[in-house]
Amino acid sequence: MTRSGHRAIAVWLLGLVACVAVIAQTRFTADMSAFMPQRPSATQQLLVEQLREGALSRLLLVGIEGGEPAARAELSKQLAGRLAASPEFAGVQNGDAAALAKDRDLLFSHRYLLSPAVNPGRFTVDGLRQAIGDSIDLLASPAGLMIKSLLPRDPTGEMIELVGALGADHGPASAHGVWMSRDGRRALLMAQTVAPGADTDGQEQALARLRAAFGEVRERLPQAADMRLLVSGTPVFSVDARRTIRGEVERLAIVSGVGIIAVLMLVFRSLPALALGLLPVVSGALAGVAAVSLGFGHVHGLTIGFGTTLIGEAVDYSIYYFVQSREGNDGDWRARFWPTIRLGVLTSLFGFASLLFSGFPGLAQLGLYSMSGLLVAAAVTRFVLPPLRPAGFRPPDATAIGRAVAPLLGGLGRLRWLAFGLAVLAVATLVVQRDRLWNLRLSELSPMSPALLALDESLRGELGAPGQGYLVVVGAPEREAALAAAERVAGRLQVLVDQGVIAGFETPTRFLPSRATQQARRAALPERDELARRLREATAGLPLRAERLAPFLDDVETARSVESQPWLDAEILKGSHLTLAVDAMLLQRQSGWSVLLPLRAPAAGEIDAGRVRAAVADEPGAAFLDVGREANRLYAEYLDEAIVLSLAGFAAIAVLLAVSLRSVRRLLRVMAPLAIAVLLVMAGLALAGERMTLLHLVGLLLTVAVGSNYALFFDKADAAIEPRTLASLVVANITTVIGFGALATSTVPVLHAIGVTVGPGAVLALLLSAMLAGGRAR
Amino acid sequence: MKRSGVLPWLTLLAWPLHVHSAWDVDALMKSLARHEGGRARFVETKTIALLDKPVVSSGELRYQPPARLEKRTLKPKPELMVLDGDTLLLERGKQKFQVRLAEQPEALAFVDSLRGTLSGDRATLEKSYKLRLDGNEQRWTLDLLPNDPRIAAFVLRITFGGANSQVEWIRYLQADGDSSTMTIEPVEAR
Repeated sequence: MTRSGHRAIAVWLLGLVACVAVIAQTRFTADMSAFMPQRPSATQQLLVEQLREGALSRLLLVGIEGGEPAARAELSKQLAGRLAASPEFAGVQNGDAAALAKDRDLLFSHRYLLSPAVNPGRFTVDGLRQAIGDSIDLLASPAGLMIKSLLPRDPTGEMIELVGALGADHGPASAHGVWMSRDGRRALLMAQTVAPGADTDGQEQALARLRAAFGEVRERLPQAADMRLLVSGTPVFSVDARRTIRGEVERLAIVSGVGIIAVLMLVFRSLPALALGLLPVVSGALAGVAAVSLGFGHVHGLTIGFGTTLIGEAVDYSIYYFVQSREGNDGDWRARFWPTIRLGVLTSLFGFASLLFSGFPGLAQLGLYSMSGLLVAAAVTRFVLPPLRPAGFRPPDATAIGRAVAPLLGGLGRLRWLAFGLAVLAVATLVVQRDRLWNLRLSELSPMSPALLALDESLRGELGAPGQGYLVVVGAPEREAALAAAERVAGRLQVLVDQGVIAGFETPTRFLPSRATQQARRAALPERDELARRLREATAGLPLRAERLAPFLDDVETARSVESQPWLDAEILKGSHLTLAVDAMLLQRQSGWSVLLPLRAPAAGEIDAGRVRAAVADEPGAAFLDVGREANRLYAEYLDEAIVLSLAGFAAIAVLLAVSLRSVRRLLRVMAPLAIAVLLVMAGLALAGERMTLLHLVGLLLTVAVGSNYALFFDKADAAIEPRTLASLVVANITTVIGFGALATSTVPVLHAIGVTVGPGAVLALLLSAMLAGGRAR
Repeated sequence: MKRSGVLPWLTLLAWPLHVHSAWDVDALMKSLARHEGGRARFVETKTIALLDKPVVSSGELRYQPPARLEKRTLKPKPELMVLDGDTLLLERGKQKFQVRLAEQPEALAFVDSLRGTLSGDRATLEKSYKLRLDGNEQRWTLDLLPNDPRIAAFVLRITFGGANSQVEWIRYLQADGDSSTMTIEPVEAR
């Protein structure tokens, strides 16, 4: 072994150790952040924050099925108790009547700070007469039964104002004192994880805690043995996505690994050679993950899934080496074959480099991963394999394979016209199908099973939990300013409610008004003697005598002073369910505070975005956000960008080849099979009714990367391709098809997309290269 | 032997009596069930200890057997209450409340007292109340006495009064001593 060989091995080993060290520190995520832009606009930033940290990203929807309703309700109560006490959960709600009563008490005792009806006019003689008169009228109504006992303390009906504002009509159904589905077969809970959406590990832990708590409670309760736990919500999605991707990656790695190893074993017939043959692949994959981890701070599950695809191409390098080289004559291989492989590697790097410029972090990760992985795999093949090659290892003569295949490919060479004919047909197909080529929905990339989505929809419906929905977002540097802005926006939204543009909205200021508003309300309360005097005057002629209202005077007096009734703040709300609502809508960000006001669409259908935008237009920093549409729009932008980038990548490859081949004729000979292969794959997908996503596009780039090697080898063989070279191409092609064929069977859309694109694409690229090489195979 | 000898006689004795008392709860229920619904004016007077004077409200009732009842109050404040199936909707000014009765057994039982009587549904009534009928077909009163303590906690007795298949008044006596009486006067259908 030469000294440079030693040096290469040492560098390689050090590199491997470094990669493993980096990977050990790496955070793997599967949240939606990979789909989010790196340089977002203000609206996109809100969307990103919502998906990463928003209340929805932390909300678990829980159902309990089986057993008797009463036992189910008991389990729901005990489960809620346990979750509330565990550090993984910020809050739990199950509609427990006792807990709701506590919330009501809190609202009632702070009603003079909370009620929007409290203003100086309310406590004038006329205002009092009006309000008390209304309350008496209300006694005539069936609702009067609710307020009768409150009347001596709350004759002006502030509690009715509050409860009315809460909109009592859209909570979940309940039975046996807890939330229960309409049909009574499911007890329902909502739980908020402490871990934000971006923290998949934390959310996984919270889910595990939930399942464990359910198991423990079920164990201890009689009649609970056949109860089942159903969980949905964004945390379940991201944890599940990560697990699915992991599982799939393992399965696919094993399937394609076994297949590829079997093929290599047939060709190499040597265990050491086989082991060596896999070194570039493994090194490349490790380097890829480490590079992404260093470059992005975390690695998305999607990228890892992509890792398996690298096997397909990286293994080609060692096949080329072992099949093409002769024992003891690496120099010959380096001289005759390496330049072609090097050009192939460069071609791939040029193609993938375009992805680095994508604003879509998922794609940028893939780009970096592929580039570093391929580079390392090729370098290991070139510098590490030769010195490690066992002395006396003689690769079996693969020329037989080449000779067997040559006539077939030679036959293909006479079918040149067919290649162009197919290309024309493909273009025609694409033109006809042009409106149905691309899938513009972000959700298509989500690996969620339909069953999980159906469960989510049903739980969401029963809980009346907000969907992705519509939001008005307000921001300010200080919390108080943000709350005050939210109050102004709420006033405008109320007008929209009255006009029927929206069915309703939520705002944290219902439970946590800004300090200024609280101050104004407090200031509107007259002092005791004055209030008593006005009350006497106001009740003259009313059937309710002022003497009966002493509790009212007491309560107002209490509310007047900060000593007897402190300002309502987050601390006071803590422990009640109101705090959950406030936390979900009032977010602290790096740059200050954001208030989210979720809107409910009118029963008739969609929200008229234009009117909402117009209504909040003069509030600086307020924005209307249609989350679903915004996400899809964002994705469509990515797709457009990715198409442009891929074309740029293709152009970069053309320039590279033009420069290195220095011949238009040769350039065409190399590029034509690749271009036609891409067209045929696209047309095939269109005909099969499969709409392309971003990942199909990546697959096409990979097709070009893999195929360029074939085309270059055919081009290199100026006269006729050698059987040895041909054999290496055939073997490389078989392993590629095995690797990507396995991917095509995946249930994860991302992996499937790459599989169905590259599998056929690689075969087509080889066949087309042979066809267009003009039948020079011997 | 002896008893079996007497029993037929007793039955015989009872026979004409039975004919006389054909007016019983079942007969009332059948008669009420024949009611085809329609419109009626109502005046409701609530006597509340807290208030010096009773509160009086009036408006219109609309009944569609067996499950829909609309109470449209015109005075003192316009208000609409719609009872349909197991939902209760209350609209008052801008405010709207909707209650799903199935989740509130007490409220359901309360509502059923009204609906059960109007539709002559004895089985439903007897789920929550003991029934006591007085008077005759031309002038009857039906007392509903809750047997569920949760209902009795707020209503002691509900009394319906009427003639033939027409309910003419309803009185609620609440557990706290307050009471309300609603008189009903049918409006001839067009």
